[in-house]
Amino acid sequence: MSSFFDRLLGRDNKSAQTAKERMKLVLVHDRTDMTYSELDQLKDELIDVISRHVEIERSSARIEMTQDGRQQRLIADIPLRPTRRRRSG
Amino acid sequence: MPGQVVTVTSGKGGVGKTTATANIGAALAASGQKVVCIDADIGLRNLDVVLGLENRIVYDLVDVVEGRCRIRQAMIRDKHLNDFFLIPAAQTRDKSAVSPSDMVRLCEELRPDHDWILIDSPAGIERGFRNAIAPADIVLVVTNPEVSAVRDADRIIGLIEAEEKGPARLVINRIKSEMVKRGDMLSPDDVLELLAVELIGLIPEDEHVVMSTNQGVPIVLNGKSKSAQAFRDIASRLKGEEVPFTPLDDDRGIFKRLARLIRPEGN
Repeated sequence: MSSFFDRLLGRDNKSAQTAKERMKLVLVHDRTDMTYSELDQLKDELIDVISRHVEIERSSARIEMTQDGRQQRLIADIPLRPTRRRRSG
Repeated sequence: MPGQVVTVTSGKGGVGKTTATANIGAALAASGQKVVCIDADIGLRNLDVVLGLENRIVYDLVDVVEGRCRIRQAMIRDKHLNDFFLIPAAQTRDKSAVSPSDMVRLCEELRPDHDWILIDSPAGIERGFRNAIAPADIVLVVTNPEVSAVRDADRIIGLIEAEEKGPARLVINRIKSEMVKRGDMLSPDDVLELLAVELIGLIPEDEHVVMSTNQGVPIVLNGKSKSAQAFRDIASRLKGEEVPFTPLDDDRGIFKRLARLIRPEGN
């Protein structure tokens, strides 16, 4: 969180920074021709499919669209749950 | 060497395509190159008034394409530069009067006798844009540091790549350095990071542009303003010269420029 003085001096939330953050998101969706809800649906389905094969930490799974030059990349970071092997018991 | 076709486009209207075309063309011609500009914005022609040639139009682009005149008859010679010509757009027709293959054929005819053929594209992503990029060897995308212009530039850059006319080169126009310094305008770096294309020009906001357009004289022929130098730099880069990008907000710009002249290898 920004300090009171930062806000007083207008040091944060510069409008250009806001514009840049907004544009990053807008361009991802323009380039992939995907809406936010479609992307969310894709994430959910992807996690469903993976969890059918391995146990995953659903809550900390991250799937994001990122920009690499003019290419879009879908990056998935999905932590697997440690398996408790039967033979240990 | 046959001439190169450079198309100036943008997606969004009003970002300075026509001004850029006129000034890059004039800067090339002033440096001794043979240049012809084609106004491809049929129905909304403007390059003629920006160049101050509106009173000299007899034939236009559609007349050439439809065979009512020869190309030479539609080429209007600039008032100030001997090897600088304009082929004006038709004002009373629409974009469907010309096809992409018409533009390719026209440029093939112009290439042998000119070093540069500049095409001023209409805004938008439809027929007029496709006409304008069909013959292009190099495509320049003009944008402003504003969200709507940047978004449309991104769209048009994608289309240029899809048409295999890329990579597009970016001109960022109307940069207000004071606002950039305050953090209230996207900086050139921000825009480049978002669009991920090669930069070819940074043009500062400059009221001299309006003044010279009022007079119908390209600003590059009209003095030493910052924007005039920026347009000349684009012309030099098109010719393959390495011209460093000068910081726009540098008050000591003139001294730095001088320092570079004296010591070109230095910083």
